Amino acid sequence: MTRGIQIKVWGDYALFSRPEFKTERASYEVLTPSAARGILEAVHWKRAIRWVIDRIHVRRPIRFETIRRNEVAGKAPYTSARQAARGEKPMPYLVVEDDRQQRAALVLRDVEYVIEAHFDMTDRAGPGDNPAKHLEMARRRIERGQCAWQPSLGTREFTAFFGPVEPGELETVPDALRGERDLGWMLHDIDFADGMTPHFFHAVLRDGVLDVPPFTPRGRAAS
Amino acid sequence: MSVLSNRIEFVYYFDVTNGNPNGDPDMGNMPRVDPATQKGLVTDVCLKRKIRNFVALAKGDAAGYDIYVRERAILNEQNRRAYDDLGMSWEPRKLPKKGEDAKAVTEWMCKTFFDIRAFGAVMTTDVNCGQVRGPTQITFAQSVDAIQPLPVSITRMAVTTVAEAEKQSGDNRTMGEKHIVPYALYRAEGFLSPHFANATGFSEDDLQLLWQALINMFDHDRSASRGRMTARRLIAFRHDSALGNAPAHKLLELVKAGSAAGRSPDAPARTFEDYVVTFDEAGMPAGVTAEILL
Repeated sequence: MTRGIQIKVWGDYALFSRPEFKTERASYEVLTPSAARGILEAVHWKRAIRWVIDRIHVRRPIRFETIRRNEVAGKAPYTSARQAARGEKPMPYLVVEDDRQQRAALVLRDVEYVIEAHFDMTDRAGPGDNPAKHLEMARRRIERGQCAWQPSLGTREFTAFFGPVEPGELETVPDALRGERDLGWMLHDIDFADGMTPHFFHAVLRDGVLDVPPFTPRGRAAS
Repeated sequence: MSVLSNRIEFVYYFDVTNGNPNGDPDMGNMPRVDPATQKGLVTDVCLKRKIRNFVALAKGDAAGYDIYVRERAILNEQNRRAYDDLGMSWEPRKLPKKGEDAKAVTEWMCKTFFDIRAFGAVMTTDVNCGQVRGPTQITFAQSVDAIQPLPVSITRMAVTTVAEAEKQSGDNRTMGEKHIVPYALYRAEGFLSPHFANATGFSEDDLQLLWQALINMFDHDRSASRGRMTARRLIAFRHDSALGNAPAHKLLELVKAGSAAGRSPDAPARTFEDYVVTFDEAGMPAGVTAEILL
């Protein structure tokens, strides 16, 4: 385990889909650890490291809004793409009028979070990978606004902006977030090495802070 | 065709006059409005649809510019039909090596379809293969000021069914309703990631086509509901590196829309002249170049 980092992320909209409401998407109340990990990976990630989310600070009152959009229902079938690539069949495409569904999404408005995280070294780390180097790289990128791709808040149309946390910033808590709020079972992360098994945890928001328990993947030994 | 290797953000302004830029299916197709601020919204997918339609129109049958997610009325289809009628075969596509895996299929899809190259696609029902994230990310466009959609009742001097005609004893009129925004200036923000461009092969040429689409797409999307829509400003920030040289939000904040000088604060904006879009060029950080495309 290495020393941790903090990153502030914010945006106009966010959608952290609850797996039980995927047809008509409904967001969790707050950023999930798995989405937080995705944000950090957009900023800095190498095979040598694995981000671990320790704590999520919710910085603005939780507000929802509904958006209904026309979406396509289907996915591109692999077989027809392969046949077209071989020249056996004409090119595949989707006609939106034939394959349309209107789906509502319950999204979050005006969000800001501070993610506290650290990383573990993985067994894919090479001799040149030392924790200090990766920590420094991640810090520098947060400071300079550099990223491999612009992170997003759950889905890609909801862009996340990010930056460092100002000193003393976490000392204030919006009144609306004071007290204890039971968020129920929340997705922790997916265990990719164990057949994409989702793991859940009991999320409780205390004065706007969500403590994230350690994630113990079954697919590989915990480090 | 070199693959895009710089990080890019862009700010895009467009306006609408007496039209409905994006109807809300939840609200009887009224223009989308953020209920908290009354500002108008245009979804990312609405803008992407127009980009796709423009590319289909501009590139026609050109190899590598097919559109995967199509609308029905595409002129291409007519051209294809002509092909078929003449008994001509499809132009032969390169045959991939035997034993090709999902990756080869994904690559082929990227090479063939502009929209997959630009926006990515979920490419199979199998979770483990063929999902590709595209480099282009567009956010919801939001109007600069609150909008006030107007319902406009209209009359049709005909009816559809005999029963309707009988009910009206031959008067044969029906009322309908349109929803318009008298005027609104919208701002969208976009992001291009060289990291994902690498994965889909999105090139500098593709980028130029994307700019062309954003500048011209409304000119090919006229309809009774949309009124007059016009692209107004497109400013791109190109970083010297793939990772970027400055935070995205700081660059995007350099471009702002405000009231034009001399406009009374109470008067609602009705033309683009009521606004002034400023770009604080002096605030540009080192290592980033601004490209004023429109």
